[in-house]
Amino acid sequence: MKHRLTRMLVLLAMMGAAVVHAQSGGELRFCLYSEPKTFNPLLTADDPSETIRYLTGGVLMRLNRMTQQLEPELATSWKVSKDGRTITFKLRDGLRFSDGTPFSANDVAFTIEQLMDPALHSPTGDMFRSGEGRVQVRVLSPNRVSATFPAPIAGMDKLFDAVAIMSSKSPQKEMAVLGPFYVAENKAGAYIRLQRNPNYWKRDSGGHQLPYITSIRLDIQQNRDIEMLRLTRGEIDFVNAISPEYYDKLVSQNASMVHDAGVGLDSEFMWFNQVSNAPIEGYKKQWFTSTNFRRAISEAINRADMARIAFRGHAQPGIGPLSPANKFWFNAKLQPHPFDQKSALQRLSQDGFQLRDGVLRDRSGHRVEFSVITNSGNKYRERMATMIQQDLAGIGIKLNVVTLDFPSLIERMTRTFNYEACLLGFVNDDLDPNAQMNVWLSSAKNHQWNPSEKTPATAWEAEIDRLMRAQASTLDVKKRKQYYDKVQEIVWQQEPFIYLINKDSLSAVSPTLHNAHPVVLRPQVYWNIDQLSLNTEVAKNR
Amino acid sequence: MSVFAKHAIRVVLVVLLGGILGATLIRFAPGFGVDEAELDTRLNRESIEAMRHARTNDGVVSFYVSYFGRLFRGDLGMSQTLQRPVAELLRERLPETMKAVGLGLAFGWVLGFSMAVAVVTWRVWYFDLAAGILAGVVLCLPAAVMALAFLLLQAPARLVIGLVIFPKVFRYSRNLLARSAAAPHIITARAKGAGEARVLFWHVLPATAPQLLALAAVSVSVAFTAAIPMEALCDLPGIGQLAWKAALGRDIALLIDITMIVALITVLANSVSDFAGHAFQRTDA
Amino acid sequence: MRYVRGAAIAFLLVTTVACLFANVIAPEGYAHQFRELPNAAPSRQHLLGTDDLGRDRFSRVLYGTRVSLVLAPAAALLASLLAALIGGTAGFLGGWFERCAMAATDLFLSLPWLFLLITVRALLPLNVSPFISVVITFALLGCLGWAAGARVLCADARAIAQSDFILLARATGISRVRLLWRHLIPNLKPVLEAQFWIAIPVFILTEANLGLLGLGVAEPMPSWGSLLRELENFSNLPAQPWLFVPLIMLVLVVSSFDLVLSKEELLI
Repeated sequence: MKHRLTRMLVLLAMMGAAVVHAQSGGELRFCLYSEPKTFNPLLTADDPSETIRYLTGGVLMRLNRMTQQLEPELATSWKVSKDGRTITFKLRDGLRFSDGTPFSANDVAFTIEQLMDPALHSPTGDMFRSGEGRVQVRVLSPNRVSATFPAPIAGMDKLFDAVAIMSSKSPQKEMAVLGPFYVAENKAGAYIRLQRNPNYWKRDSGGHQLPYITSIRLDIQQNRDIEMLRLTRGEIDFVNAISPEYYDKLVSQNASMVHDAGVGLDSEFMWFNQVSNAPIEGYKKQWFTSTNFRRAISEAINRADMARIAFRGHAQPGIGPLSPANKFWFNAKLQPHPFDQKSALQRLSQDGFQLRDGVLRDRSGHRVEFSVITNSGNKYRERMATMIQQDLAGIGIKLNVVTLDFPSLIERMTRTFNYEACLLGFVNDDLDPNAQMNVWLSSAKNHQWNPSEKTPATAWEAEIDRLMRAQASTLDVKKRKQYYDKVQEIVWQQEPFIYLINKDSLSAVSPTLHNAHPVVLRPQVYWNIDQLSLNTEVAKNR
Repeated sequence: MSVFAKHAIRVVLVVLLGGILGATLIRFAPGFGVDEAELDTRLNRESIEAMRHARTNDGVVSFYVSYFGRLFRGDLGMSQTLQRPVAELLRERLPETMKAVGLGLAFGWVLGFSMAVAVVTWRVWYFDLAAGILAGVVLCLPAAVMALAFLLLQAPARLVIGLVIFPKVFRYSRNLLARSAAAPHIITARAKGAGEARVLFWHVLPATAPQLLALAAVSVSVAFTAAIPMEALCDLPGIGQLAWKAALGRDIALLIDITMIVALITVLANSVSDFAGHAFQRTDA
Repeated sequence: MRYVRGAAIAFLLVTTVACLFANVIAPEGYAHQFRELPNAAPSRQHLLGTDDLGRDRFSRVLYGTRVSLVLAPAAALLASLLAALIGGTAGFLGGWFERCAMAATDLFLSLPWLFLLITVRALLPLNVSPFISVVITFALLGCLGWAAGARVLCADARAIAQSDFILLARATGISRVRLLWRHLIPNLKPVLEAQFWIAIPVFILTEANLGLLGLGVAEPMPSWGSLLRELENFSNLPAQPWLFVPLIMLVLVVSSFDLVLSKEELLI
């Protein structure tokens, strides 16, 4: 009730702001952490490319990041068939791309065909691939189009939030867009400038054309310290995700600048290598494949301390594959594993481990010592690994922390399997559990602890396979929730991933930027880019 | 064959060998051929397989043959990390680095060399001590801290390269000039009333010219090496930043080309200093 | 000046003894996390406060000194000796040997050695002790850090080889080896000292930067380089000036080495 009221108030404020800031203008400035790898909206895989896609791409429906409800955009309405295979869109009339090319159902058909082209290997397209066979796209009229997929896709409509419609006719190809901005300038390695799309179809409640902002300058800035410096100097207008240290510092300087949207969707976790032919000692493989061992390690780790110290209190102990921020899909019955080293030792003793003179040994007398790899340069992971090192020392385990550069880490994880344990994080952009299919299916390449299994190595993995396929093939949301709750319970019990932390979603916004309401879902600050405006003085000077 | 022709051949051979050895180092480093995008959980098996196949590596020899074959046709290859032709990237970024390196060298040399000359000319132990401590402090400061300090003071971050070079130039110059100034003929000249300026410009500097020229050439190489982390830290769009990204992404085409550019500049700088040094020694004789 | 040099020697001795007896002097182990006191200010219990994981900074400085004070000068010495051997011999012998050696040096200066370091890390077992890992890192830095100095030494050796006293010594029939060892190398000392003095902090900072690639010291072992990286938390510095202590230590040690090694030409 309280949340609904807050959302209503925000929406009212936005509508009010729409009238007040109708003439805002000016240039919005923020940073990208690297250059976008592509401007093709169907091939976006990195963060900067997805930013460009979000700001320039026109989509059929948009997931409102605040209400988490789907809203019509280029499509005024849509209908999903009972069998979950066909979706039919009714489109807005009279729209044009940024270069003036008319928009029609042919463009939607073209985009979907391109997206589903198996040779393209689009990450967005792969989300739609529920079965073998080609997608059938039919243009029913200039403003009606349908797409029929070879198998049902649960939550299909929400997937179109990531499909930016491309023109089938424009000579500018992917650079002709339907979104609020288009790419006007690209100074390699320095910045990208987006200009307001003169043909953008949306208007505010006062009839003024959106967006309010005239242009956006995206500076390529990898260094977060410099980014924060520029924010405090007013050179940029917001930082989508700030570190806990900077959050605390800004709170003391100007509390209105910082926003804590609460626990985020991302998680940090570690796992043990359970690949049968991994080049590690046989006795270690036995440890890692034992549920008791994994549960004991989990219970020996003090997650509360980790949240308090490594993340300065801006995190919560992790529970499972989803964070509580995913309100609908999260299994609320689950709690974080307790920090209980006595219980951990009891579990280990069930597997024949003995603690003698402060050293834990297995039943064959091997000292329990292993390494955990993580990516270097991420100070939070390095802190977490060092804290786990001390926690495990409390039960006689020697943990060696090895930081590696990312390509070396990926090679060990995915090619050579030459590692013992790994500490990494999961960036969760999508609320729907289907987004994690390629993690939970035992045959998948991203089934990190034991990828590409020919047959499930354990009964519980076979059960997860069954449940994930079941939830993907039914349209009944309640049933899907039941299936996925069960998956979360199994993961909680078996701990193939030891979930450690869910970070809070922290952002910083300059007081000169109006109508920003940071949320948990990406993009946290500029999700309502066409409604944002700058204060008059800043708008005049830029 | 003339001396210049021999030097030119030497330069070309060193650059090509630099490219080959650099390619070998990169090719056999762990993480070559993997892509961070493989960890995207949206991708299905077939897409990941296709991604891996696209980065499947040729054998080492066939890689060299195809790469250098393209190079002689003027094609510098395609950057895998930035998805753009390497030639275009280098054309855009090289001027930025040359500016930064040029400014850094000028700043570092003016500061370091003038301090060394002052120490040797005044011959006061506390000034020598203070200059040594100042150079020591700058040498011990991490480049990241200096870069952030410059940004905080809104000073050009390129000057950080100068601060990286300055203590090295100061220390080498100070020691070389001090040794030269302690030569018996210099002491005699002073004893006979020769002014400090005359002693410095007519006797001390010419005697150390070959070593100082070698130091100048080496400082060019040091400046380029310093430019890589500095541009990466300060997000200056030069080839240093490009090299850092390419190293993290194992972008072999880009790395080989940058290695050869660095090799070319290093060899040219050292060749010029060698020629000039030899000329000084012939004049001396 | 004599007193200043005496003070430098005393400082180096005290620092060396302190770090060798770190396990006696340090109030806590370098790894122990006082989780109730992260980022604490200096106090009687923690003379330099604690770091972001609650570890006693004074203990970490002491143990870090042990790693850096021993290994960095050793690596610097290795690099200087290699530079003297290659550059000095090349300049002395001249001719084709000098040309080849300097071409090899130029090549060495241009190559991306980062990948060799990454490859070496990959070849090491994951469970290698942090101390072995850091010894190997510094050894590699020593083996790779000679090229810049070799160039300057070559030019210096070439100039010395043509000086009158060398010509006189040659004329008296002294062997090349003796000439090199008794006459050339001692006269290269000023440049070698500069090379050594520069290499110590450069290697310490390089070891810290290599941490970004997973090389260098592994947690929880401290080194000066890893302690100096705390200075990158720029916003904290005004409120936490004790973070400068490792930098001050490094500057004092480097300056002390300089005072101990340098000649007193300037007093003439």
